[in-house]
Amino acid sequence: MSKTLNITLVGVGGQGTLLASEILCRVALASGRDVKKSEVHGMAQRGGSVVSQVRIGEKVHSPLIALGETDILIAFEKVEALRYAHFLGPDGIAMVNDQEIRPVTVSSGQAEWPEDLDGMLRSTFPKLEVIHALAIACELGNVRAVNLVMIGALADHLDIEDSIWRDAIAALVKPQFVELNLKAFEAGRAAHRSASS
Amino acid sequence: MVANRKVLSGNEAIAHAAWAAGVSVASAYPGTPSTEILETIAKSFPVGAGLQVPPQQESIYAEWSVNEKVAMEVAIGASFAGARALTAMKHVGLNVALDPLMTFAYIGATGGLVVVCADDPGMHSSQNEQDNRALAKFARVPMLEPSDSQECYDMTLLAFEISEEFNIPVILRTTTRVSHSSSIVDLAVFERRPRGERVYEKDMTRTVMVPMFARKMRVELQGKLAKLADYTEKTPLQRIERGSRIGIITSGVSYQYAREAFADASILKVGMTFPLPKRLIREFAKSVDKLYVVEEGDAYLEEQILAMGVAIEHPSISLRIGELDPDRLERLAAEVYGLPPLKPKEAVGNLPARPPVLCPGCSHRGVFYALSRLKAIVMGDIGCYSLGAFAPLSAMDSIVCMGASIGNAHGMQKAGQAGRVAAVIGDSTFFHSGITGLLNLVYNRGASTIIVLDNRTTAMTGHQDHPGTGRTLMGDQTVETLVEDVARGVGVKRVRVIDPYNLEETYNVLAEEIDSPEPSVVVSKRPCVLADRTRTFQQHRIDLEACKACGACLKLGCPAIEVIDSPDADAEKRKTRINRVLCVGCGMCLQVCKFDAIKETSL
Repeated sequence: MSKTLNITLVGVGGQGTLLASEILCRVALASGRDVKKSEVHGMAQRGGSVVSQVRIGEKVHSPLIALGETDILIAFEKVEALRYAHFLGPDGIAMVNDQEIRPVTVSSGQAEWPEDLDGMLRSTFPKLEVIHALAIACELGNVRAVNLVMIGALADHLDIEDSIWRDAIAALVKPQFVELNLKAFEAGRAAHRSASS
Repeated sequence: MVANRKVLSGNEAIAHAAWAAGVSVASAYPGTPSTEILETIAKSFPVGAGLQVPPQQESIYAEWSVNEKVAMEVAIGASFAGARALTAMKHVGLNVALDPLMTFAYIGATGGLVVVCADDPGMHSSQNEQDNRALAKFARVPMLEPSDSQECYDMTLLAFEISEEFNIPVILRTTTRVSHSSSIVDLAVFERRPRGERVYEKDMTRTVMVPMFARKMRVELQGKLAKLADYTEKTPLQRIERGSRIGIITSGVSYQYAREAFADASILKVGMTFPLPKRLIREFAKSVDKLYVVEEGDAYLEEQILAMGVAIEHPSISLRIGELDPDRLERLAAEVYGLPPLKPKEAVGNLPARPPVLCPGCSHRGVFYALSRLKAIVMGDIGCYSLGAFAPLSAMDSIVCMGASIGNAHGMQKAGQAGRVAAVIGDSTFFHSGITGLLNLVYNRGASTIIVLDNRTTAMTGHQDHPGTGRTLMGDQTVETLVEDVARGVGVKRVRVIDPYNLEETYNVLAEEIDSPEPSVVVSKRPCVLADRTRTFQQHRIDLEACKACGACLKLGCPAIEVIDSPDADAEKRKTRINRVLCVGCGMCLQVCKFDAIKETSL
């Protein structure tokens, strides 16, 4: 039996991590694998830190991933990447969106924003992949497409047919946004390919 | 059978099963982690099932009841009529609904009745982590515990069969990680069961629970339990997975963690946890060398197994307080197998916290800002406004349970508490269980001020309708009950309605009412900014020339107002700016700036 693939998605409420994890579930189902996803609802809309976990394999039991057993950490925001760094395994890959969102604790002066965030990311994650998802999404004309750029970059790591990804995206986003989201997905995958070749 | 596979959350799976089981009536009050069950029923069926069938006959009638007790009573009424009914609630909701359930257990179900109770171990979104398995045993009603979405679907269907076979309500008990995790469900032949032949038959000796009949039904309930004790030994809900001589008894999501951490152990997975399969447990215990109980929350299984005289191991790793997770199970497994203790994985330190906050433009902010200035003691309640307790507003002093604020304020006042005392309660919470507290306050000559934060929705659980919105769960227009009318109706003479965006009016009215010796109700009326999509607005900006860095605007605790980084780190006073992505133009900051530094701006 092949090993279960553990993916943890983290970000800030409102960034679209839930849609991203839903796409992963549908892709896993369509490619004949078992899948479990776990997330907590309630506070996400209030700008808090959000985490969602997806496990894909032959047979998945626990909906939660043990600490230090995440294979791929997908962070939609830099500080959130660091907050969940201990979730990642020693050989795990951190895919980090090059975006900073300051919480109210910093804007109101109660806490300090880390000075050398990029340095901290480099020293924390031996396998760090910085994805310029925000810049790519802005180029495509919609900041909200960040999540699909990240999913596109992730797709480059996984051996799953292109049509399965496209069907899942088309099924889960509103009809008027399908084209934009497919473009974002392609752009994310292309950016990852050129960065790793 | 054809495979019909979907990825569904536990809650969505229960909703699908309700449709397939032929449920006629579904009722609930929203509460995390149970809310999506009724939302899915209302949204998806019958249309989502791909079947265009006439409403009334083939769809489920679904409603947001005003509270869990009423929801339970509505479901009981449907069961009396011979129809299948489902009611769903979070764990603390069952406290509210326990009164009708305790007695309906005696009467028993005509149409199948399933109570879905979603517990929240670890308190992701709750005020306590009570383990409601004790309540099934207490009420003497059967309980099933699914461990993933497929089981949520299968067990809901089976729960209706058990309910009708034994004429008894059945509890389906989930937890946050079952309700809010998604996994693959094979819906197989997804067809709606036609309504059965059961009808209401008049027999007062079975339905009128005066003492003489209740005594008879109490004995009859015991007879049903004896039959269920036999059923629980034989049902496929109980499953033994044979492995090594290390044995584990477990239920619910704990099974999933245990199965993964103890790959080779023998496991007795108990799917029906009341009544317990005692013979099966004894046989299983005999077949292993060491027996462990893996359960989340209270020692529900453990105490009953120990009372049977069956020996179990007592590892040093406690599973008792908080949520179980794979890490606790890995530590337990390390102890059981005599492996070195796991190295804790250290988190990166000194990161700025990202707590949830009242949204920019939140209509509760104006009230909390005034209460903060009034230095009032504020009895609080359950909702988004719990965030008003935190700095810089720091204007809420208690949270107990739904509706508690009003009785709490009244009791404090009667105890002679010095200073200003008030209560805040949301609109949905007021309709849920604030009205009786208000009536009590008026009747008993209280003097408290009750502030109803009326944002026209049930915000915290994701914007559900309630009696004040004029719309039902199924999208129909209905009577829009006004909080101020209810207040006058129960006898409150001083009733005021304010706009919390108007800070001066809010402060003046609250000061006047709190200081008055009569009971009063202040309705702070303004729709939730997240729900009100029709609103247009002008954003604001801060004129840095005019800003004197006094910090008055920061006392609002608005996430859109940011302190500007100063090159001089020692500078005590720092000027502020407004984040254009976050600002929704509520205009509260404009009212608190004494230097006219905040101005409206066009985008």
